[in-house]
Amino acid sequence: MTISMSTPDFLIERDRDRCIKCQVCVRQCANEAHFWDEEEQKVKANDALCVNCHRCVTYCPTHALTIRKYPLEFRENANWTASTIKAIYRQAETGGILLTGMGNDRPYPIFWDHLLLNASQVTNPSIDPLREPMELKTFLGRKPDQLKVEDGHLVEKIPPQLELEVPIMFSAMSYGSISLNAIKSLAAAAERVGIMYNTGEGGLHKDLYKYGKNTIVQVASGRFGVHPEYLQAGAAIEIKIGQGAKPGIGGHLPGEKVGLEVSQTRMIPEGTDAISPAPHHDIYSIEDLSQLIYSLKEATQYQKPVSVKIAAVHNIAAIASGIARAGADIIAIDGFRGGTGAAPLRTRDNVGIPIELALAAVDSRLREEGIRNQVSLVVGGSIRNSADVVKAIALGADAVYIATAALVAIGCHLCQKCNTGKCNWGIATQNPQLVKRLNPEIGAERAANLIMAWEHEIKELLGGMGINAVESLRGNRLMLRGVGLSDRELNILGVLPAGE
Amino acid sequence: MLREGEVRIPSGCAISGIMNKKGEVFSGHDIIQSIALMHDRSNGLGGGFAAYGIYPDFPDHYAFHLFYESAEAKEKTETYLNMLFHIAESGKIPTRRVPSVKNAPLAWRYFAKPKPDALFEDESEDELVVRAVMYINAHFSGSFVVSSGKNMGAFKGVGYPEEMGEYFRLEEYKGYIWTAHGRFPTNTPGWWGGAHPFTLLDWSIVHNGEISSYGANRRFLEMFGYKLTMQTDTEAITYAFDLLLRKQNIPLDIAIATLAAPFWRDIERMSLEKQTLYKAVRTVYGNLLLNGPFSIILGSNKGIVALNDRLKLRSLVAATKADVLYIASEESAIREICPEPEKIWAPRGGEPVIGLFEEGGIQK
Repeated sequence: MTISMSTPDFLIERDRDRCIKCQVCVRQCANEAHFWDEEEQKVKANDALCVNCHRCVTYCPTHALTIRKYPLEFRENANWTASTIKAIYRQAETGGILLTGMGNDRPYPIFWDHLLLNASQVTNPSIDPLREPMELKTFLGRKPDQLKVEDGHLVEKIPPQLELEVPIMFSAMSYGSISLNAIKSLAAAAERVGIMYNTGEGGLHKDLYKYGKNTIVQVASGRFGVHPEYLQAGAAIEIKIGQGAKPGIGGHLPGEKVGLEVSQTRMIPEGTDAISPAPHHDIYSIEDLSQLIYSLKEATQYQKPVSVKIAAVHNIAAIASGIARAGADIIAIDGFRGGTGAAPLRTRDNVGIPIELALAAVDSRLREEGIRNQVSLVVGGSIRNSADVVKAIALGADAVYIATAALVAIGCHLCQKCNTGKCNWGIATQNPQLVKRLNPEIGAERAANLIMAWEHEIKELLGGMGINAVESLRGNRLMLRGVGLSDRELNILGVLPAGE
Repeated sequence: MLREGEVRIPSGCAISGIMNKKGEVFSGHDIIQSIALMHDRSNGLGGGFAAYGIYPDFPDHYAFHLFYESAEAKEKTETYLNMLFHIAESGKIPTRRVPSVKNAPLAWRYFAKPKPDALFEDESEDELVVRAVMYINAHFSGSFVVSSGKNMGAFKGVGYPEEMGEYFRLEEYKGYIWTAHGRFPTNTPGWWGGAHPFTLLDWSIVHNGEISSYGANRRFLEMFGYKLTMQTDTEAITYAFDLLLRKQNIPLDIAIATLAAPFWRDIERMSLEKQTLYKAVRTVYGNLLLNGPFSIILGSNKGIVALNDRLKLRSLVAATKADVLYIASEESAIREICPEPEKIWAPRGGEPVIGLFEEGGIQK
């Protein structure tokens, strides 16, 4: 075996004056970047193993630790960057596909940051959310073209709707890809703030049935954990066709993450790989999707809205239109910056399109076809803050999905190593020692706090625009102006340039 | 400079309305006097009136009021109208010279009935008229349909409302409902079509306010085939009423609960059945909620409805005396023509004032 040419990504700096040799860092690092040198009676570090997750830095009682970018530089080259060269070294050593976690980290344009919001001045008053009601209640599901009302009574019931207190939901993350404590945190937070969380393709652990009314249960290509009680347990059912981080490919939960509980929940043998195929093998076309939608509706007596989640790809508008016509009540679109527990690096970084453009194109297309109100639009794939939420709704979304932001709230530091199963924060791991680091009660409080904080901010932004109900923002693109965008991009977004 | 329709122009305004609930007709004198009192609420860049019951000789014909900017526009539009309608009578709308009124377009009116063979399958006469109005406004440059209802008409233009009243000789007409609008646009609308009221069929709207939900309302309405050529709130509100009341047969109280929806906190206190209804209203028609400040008077041959936004961000006062219902932006504009009303009140936000004709009241 030849020597590895891979060099560390990060440098662990230890201030020897501050270090009290308590070895917290050694115990906290699942990557084993810190170790105790018995001979020298010193804590030492193996920089090559560090992923820069800040666990040791946060826990070091004397603040003796600093993690920095490893200073070793390749000869400057705008084309052959360090990450490109290192990827080749790794592939030359292993002959394998490069894997990664979390969302696309490449410097593609972020359209949210080129959109600006409006505010009222003189001609109409802004509204103070501390003094006046400010309504964010949102309903997801199929809306009829009209109501039938006779003698003050609703003659025809409207189709089932998901009722959200805030137009934000926690996006799909499976039990297996994240820990049970992480899911419990999100489920309890969703219940507390009146929103939904999503099971992903991980089935529903027995401890989570009590959160049913705040649960969207997912049916994906591997059909893991799908059975009648599971479908009945949730408030809605989501068919997962694709994911923004890895459009066009399936999923793979390695056997070492399939312990007893995961195996029972997913209904697969312990220790076996859980492989979700790239397509659903009963959906090779749009009419097949329609059959699955109606199978699920039949199985749940038409009592639950059915969502179809797709990745934002080039022909998204036509695909979404087809899905609406196939009978979906909700279309969830995941942009190319969406996160993942594990994805091939090249897929994550190069496949799909930005959610902002996909959303604008889909909303416009559905309106042109006069079917926009038949289906709700939920978008995800990097909603980073409350302003992104407001912009998404103004572009036409009914609600947004957040996952990365929710995980960051409960401790994720975006080290992008979810796939290794060594998450020091107890989130993307099944190692019991690591999982118990995440206290689900504290996690729930933090995730709920995030939603409440965004709720306040959304109300503040709406009030500034002179709007006191979120439905008046929905699709109201006049509340947006673009900066630094080409005419063509403005056109697709359906937004005027700032100043016009 | 872009003219109204090509650009969105927010405005402040004055509105006024008078209705005789017995259907007895009276001249345009009072409404001119009422709106003139609120002179300072407009800035001379738009004024107008809607009058109902003014064409008793043609009660069953659609009365088209049109503005033309050129003879060519008139010729093209008339060819189109003749294709779809039998025109019983047409002629110039009488005007008088008013020194301050300039650049007036040619104002023409037609009393028309749809030709049976012009109707599409399953198309009602009203729908044909709507189709014709949308088509003319969208396709014939230099032509604009000012109003298109039966036994009613709108009169409007660039100027103060009292100047428009004088210009169109409104004291010579007699109607059972009059509404008026004085406009304070923040920009020069540039042409007469941009003035208010805005109408469709026999709906007319005079409106004071700037709705912040315009973009959402507009895109919802477009899905139902409406073409919003004016980019004004008033146009959007008119179409919203048309969609709910005419096309979808939604009861008036529910239509009002759509545009000025009760707050969730109020819905929570309703009976379970009412909760279900109002929840459904907000779920299905959420995009039609009018947000931001407005006070409006909706006119039709059935009566009038005045409504404030649910926070009451614009002034609106109502009063009654004998058979007459008065509504105005300011109390003074009512007292100017009715010094001692029997009852006078400021309606709460989202709480409509509804004036419907009494049984058999309308005199044709």
